[in-house]
Amino acid sequence: MRVQWFCFFLSCLTRRVLRGGAELLFDGIKQHQVTLPNQSNPWDIRQLLVWIRHNLLKERPELFIQGDTVRPGILVLINDADWELMGELDYQLEDKDNIVFISTLHGG
Amino acid sequence: MSGMDGIDSQITCTGSSVDKLPHLKGNEVKSYSLPESHGADEILPELNKSSLTNPDILRYSRQLVLPEFGVQGQLNLSKVSVLVIGCGGLGCPVAQYLAASGIGRLGLLDYDVVEMSNLHRQVLHGENRLGMPKSVSIVKTLQKLNSSVIYLPYHMSLNPENGLQIIRQYDIIADCSDNVPTRYLVNDACVLAGKPLVSASALRWEGQLTVYNYQQGPCYRCLFPKPPPSETVTNCADGGVLGIVPGIIGSLQALEVLKIASGMVPSYSGVLLMFDALEGRFRNIKIRGKQNDCAACSNSAETAILQDYEAFCGSSASDKCRMLSLLSRDERLSVEEYKRLLDDHIPHILIDVRPQPEVDICQLPHSIHIPLKGLEQKNEKWISFLRTKIAELINTGNRVEKTVITICKLGNDSQIAVKILQEIFGNEVDLFVVKDVQGGLMAWAEKIDPMFPRY
Repeated sequence: MRVQWFCFFLSCLTRRVLRGGAELLFDGIKQHQVTLPNQSNPWDIRQLLVWIRHNLLKERPELFIQGDTVRPGILVLINDADWELMGELDYQLEDKDNIVFISTLHGG
Repeated sequence: MSGMDGIDSQITCTGSSVDKLPHLKGNEVKSYSLPESHGADEILPELNKSSLTNPDILRYSRQLVLPEFGVQGQLNLSKVSVLVIGCGGLGCPVAQYLAASGIGRLGLLDYDVVEMSNLHRQVLHGENRLGMPKSVSIVKTLQKLNSSVIYLPYHMSLNPENGLQIIRQYDIIADCSDNVPTRYLVNDACVLAGKPLVSASALRWEGQLTVYNYQQGPCYRCLFPKPPPSETVTNCADGGVLGIVPGIIGSLQALEVLKIASGMVPSYSGVLLMFDALEGRFRNIKIRGKQNDCAACSNSAETAILQDYEAFCGSSASDKCRMLSLLSRDERLSVEEYKRLLDDHIPHILIDVRPQPEVDICQLPHSIHIPLKGLEQKNEKWISFLRTKIAELINTGNRVEKTVITICKLGNDSQIAVKILQEIFGNEVDLFVVKDVQGGLMAWAEKIDPMFPRY
């Protein structure tokens, strides 16, 4: 299954650790297109987060994931809608889904 | 409408008003004709306008002919008061367009004063305003643009005591602030006072905009029940921001305020706008509705203003840089001590740990550059480069203590770098000591070399 996901608007993650913005969490890549391995049950977001953590997060995973969900201040979008409207962690991924992680900005 | 009140209230900065403007005390007092700064407890009169005057019609004619807006929209606008919280990169375009379009009353709140590094984005201030309260400076500019609007500068920081008091006095609130505690405080006060909150933010090449607490829409806490960990929050000084980005987002923010004020339907209630200036991309995201378990708005009768938003968020209610203290005093050199070490020709290595763009701005000529990130990742290229340098240092003939010194902009990252170096070279610390320069290059510029650039 091909799932496209972006690490979009994540650049306000910690300056100290990730100077150039949090896309560095994912080795400098803002946009990933991944093919998830086949499994008997459909993939859900909970499993996707685990997969991302094991396969893509290069450093300081706690700045992205806390417990089994994303850390406070990160909003997850599934096909341009707030994941709260889609079932959050239980949302079952479909082929060519677009997942975006955004981080709130506070500057003004 | 008491349209000329704004000008009549201009006063010369005399003793009594200086007390309200602590930044202008003493020898900084200049002969500005200053708009009077207002207090939180002042009761504001109702705005009341039943018809447009001939000068109004001439001034606003280009928007009056828009059928969606028209005379009624203009009259509605003239009866609305808007509080702009933060007179910086977002507050400037918000206030500018609302003033130009004929809003009734504008409250302009900011605790800060104008600095040179603000001017690339905070375009209503100016070179002749350095050190002036931003709230006062912005009013001076706006009065030239449209003197028929009533302007009230508030030179103060918003806190749990005055926040609700001020917000209750306005119809619409524009959050143009720059820090997390203020955003939670403004949200809670808006929920409690029942005011729509048009909220925007900008950093680097990115901006976000949405409307909270409008009719049955969500509030900030519906979306973000818990504040982000403080180490994940970046301010404009650290992260940088292109001035045009808050200019664009602030203009859209003004548009949302204008729609609500004139009686139109806002576009971004329940919708979050994200702008990526690097890719030139705007995205509209449908966000969740009001949450039944929201601590602020699920039952606004029980909503309370917290006692301490800085503690709740674990960060300060300003965007000024925080000072870390990871090292003991004897692991740190003051800039004066470092200057003495240089003058005495004591062999040492000075490692500048800032990222490349900052090193491109300025550096001490004898420093070597190893970005903090390279140290954190224990990057082989940087570590072996460092080992070579340290070996050269240790082999220098004389017997004095050998020092490896880290430096950055303000003396935070340099402390982290010392910790990492101690970890990497733990076994060899008897051969040399590692210290950092307290206050970094900005302290160097301030106390040792006035010609060194500040940024």
